[in-house]
Amino acid sequence: MSTITLPAEDNTTDDPRRRAPLTMGGQTLTSITETVARIAERPRPPRAWYVAFAVSSTLTAALILAAIYLIAVGVGVWGNNVPVAWAFDIVNFVFWVGIGHAGTLISAILFLFRQRWRTSVNRFAEAMTIFAVICAGIFPAIHIGRVWFVYWLAPYVNQMAVWPNFRSPLLWDVFAVGTYATVSLLFWYLGMIPDLATLRDRATSRVRRIAYGIFALGWRGSGRQWHRYERAYMLLAGLATPLVLSVHSVVSFDFAVSVVPGWHTTIFPPYFVAGAIFSGFAMVVTLMVPARAFFGLKDLVTLRHLENMNKVILATGCMVGYAYSIEFFIAWYGGNPYEQFAFINRAFGPYTWAYWIMVTCNVVAPQAFWFKKVRTTPWMMVIVCILVNIGMWFERFVIVVTSLSRDYLPSAWEYYRPTAVDITMLLGSFGLFFTLFLLFCRYLPMVAMAEVKAVLPHHHAAGDWQTPAPAEPHANGESHQGIRYPDQVSEGH
Amino acid sequence: MGGSVFPQWIDRARPLFGVVLAIVPVYLIVMAYYGGSPQTTDVGYMPDQPVPFSHALHAGELGIDCRYCHTTVEKASFAAVPPTSVCMNCHERIAADTALLLPVRESWASGEPIPWVKVHDLPDFAYFDHSAHVSRGVGCLECHGRIDKMDQVRQVASLSMSWCLECHRNPEKHLRPVEFVTDLDWKPSEDQAILGKRLRQENNINPSTDCSTCHR
Repeated sequence: MSTITLPAEDNTTDDPRRRAPLTMGGQTLTSITETVARIAERPRPPRAWYVAFAVSSTLTAALILAAIYLIAVGVGVWGNNVPVAWAFDIVNFVFWVGIGHAGTLISAILFLFRQRWRTSVNRFAEAMTIFAVICAGIFPAIHIGRVWFVYWLAPYVNQMAVWPNFRSPLLWDVFAVGTYATVSLLFWYLGMIPDLATLRDRATSRVRRIAYGIFALGWRGSGRQWHRYERAYMLLAGLATPLVLSVHSVVSFDFAVSVVPGWHTTIFPPYFVAGAIFSGFAMVVTLMVPARAFFGLKDLVTLRHLENMNKVILATGCMVGYAYSIEFFIAWYGGNPYEQFAFINRAFGPYTWAYWIMVTCNVVAPQAFWFKKVRTTPWMMVIVCILVNIGMWFERFVIVVTSLSRDYLPSAWEYYRPTAVDITMLLGSFGLFFTLFLLFCRYLPMVAMAEVKAVLPHHHAAGDWQTPAPAEPHANGESHQGIRYPDQVSEGH
Repeated sequence: MGGSVFPQWIDRARPLFGVVLAIVPVYLIVMAYYGGSPQTTDVGYMPDQPVPFSHALHAGELGIDCRYCHTTVEKASFAAVPPTSVCMNCHERIAADTALLLPVRESWASGEPIPWVKVHDLPDFAYFDHSAHVSRGVGCLECHGRIDKMDQVRQVASLSMSWCLECHRNPEKHLRPVEFVTDLDWKPSEDQAILGKRLRQENNINPSTDCSTCHR
């Protein structure tokens, strides 16, 4: 019989003989529930929460005021004007949609690939997806100018006998982002139902019982409910998986389908997807590190989780760097003088500062993750991830603004400058994101309790993380623990 | 147990919530589409006029041509509402002292126009030109219906954008020889599809559906 040995303090080892534990500190079913549920149950969050909430809700108020000002006066309060008709609005939109991608990747693709370390971070990252899509959705909605006609974006039955232009990538965007928001929300909510039921059952006040009770949809944890729940979860994961690739591909079509030099390139879809995952993971790590410290989740979200995410950041960062260099190669190799000019102008033209901020933050900074020390030291990884976030915002700025400011017609060239309203709205969108995020930390289960329980070491009969016993298949084809494993059956015969 | 705050019947009512959630959006969309449609809100608009002028009597029974009063309809975008003097062409002699015509006579004496209430009122952002339609064989009937049978004028067509576009996209169904545009009782002597196609070709009628055709 296998015995449960306490895992070592360091679970970032790559020793192939033992599978590293995914939770630390000798977790039990009870301790996980206690750790996670108590965050949402305690009457007062840590003081840092209040400070952060004060700042972020102030910024949110600034966003709302700036949006009201914009709607009342008109889009002229922004700095964009022909030729730079798209600026901070689209930059922020693309940036925020990208941030959401980590959540979908973790929740869908890593689920289908049986990457069990996802269980500790998926709830958190999925919540960020929802909030990022909300932030993203604001910008295209208000940049249309007549906000009260925003429903014209949707193809709906109307008295005007007119439809949106189905050949326009801007309409594809509406579908892509709309589907993304819907599926992400469903996925997040479905995954949360068992945990909401836990909070309901533990609730001491009537209000909480009713509130969590309604959203738990009568979950009782019966075998049949679990069976259906896991089926539904699997189906949604299958639905969400193509979205990881499709959403930012479609967003990139907004540019790639046009004829503007610097936009009209076929590399955009994969390049945008890699960048989205890159920025999304960077944002997850940026927020995860302080959150696990303030809310006492260090044993559930371990250094191994953070290290895994940092590896993804390193990989996607290299893809993004490769895409940057290939763009230049193709500009030269393609022999199109306008394309060549666009890229030389991008790197050495009036926005050279933005370009080199982008390269430094996106290509150089993540190289630090080649060092294990950086991958496993929280303050170091936060610095790298914040740089990556800055870099990815600038990537979108470089793509959108430098391409537009100098296109085919030199007489129309213009140097774009953002106004105070532009900057307020950018900061305000961060405020909204953090406000929603802080509310999530305060009222909802931050870690998927039910899923983490399933990856506890003693839930794996073969004893995943100890040194395995020498293989001694029993003659009757059963493992030494009395459980029949398909791969062991063949050994017995 | 946490579940005890909810009454037992909730469990049985749960499927109902699903049904309601599925139906409510459909209901709202259908209500907004049909309830907010000009077909619902505008058709049948029949305001009381300061003088109970009967088109059924004048245009129908007496057979006065539309253009006798609406003089500008072939030449201008606006089909003029006749000044009081046009009424008085006849009513100086005919029914000259009826009470019904008192406002007309007062207007005639004072020079103040009669405040007719506009029935067919397009939004200000839609440009419409009567002459363009009338001079190419779109009959009065197509938009205004059987005015010659109305005692009090009412709106019969929705005048919505989709209604305009329906004709701009397929004008054949609504064309007639130009000399019959004001004849509300006219019937095509051959198949309308063939006639319309021929008239369209002869008169080179290619209605534009660009936004700027109507929204200038």
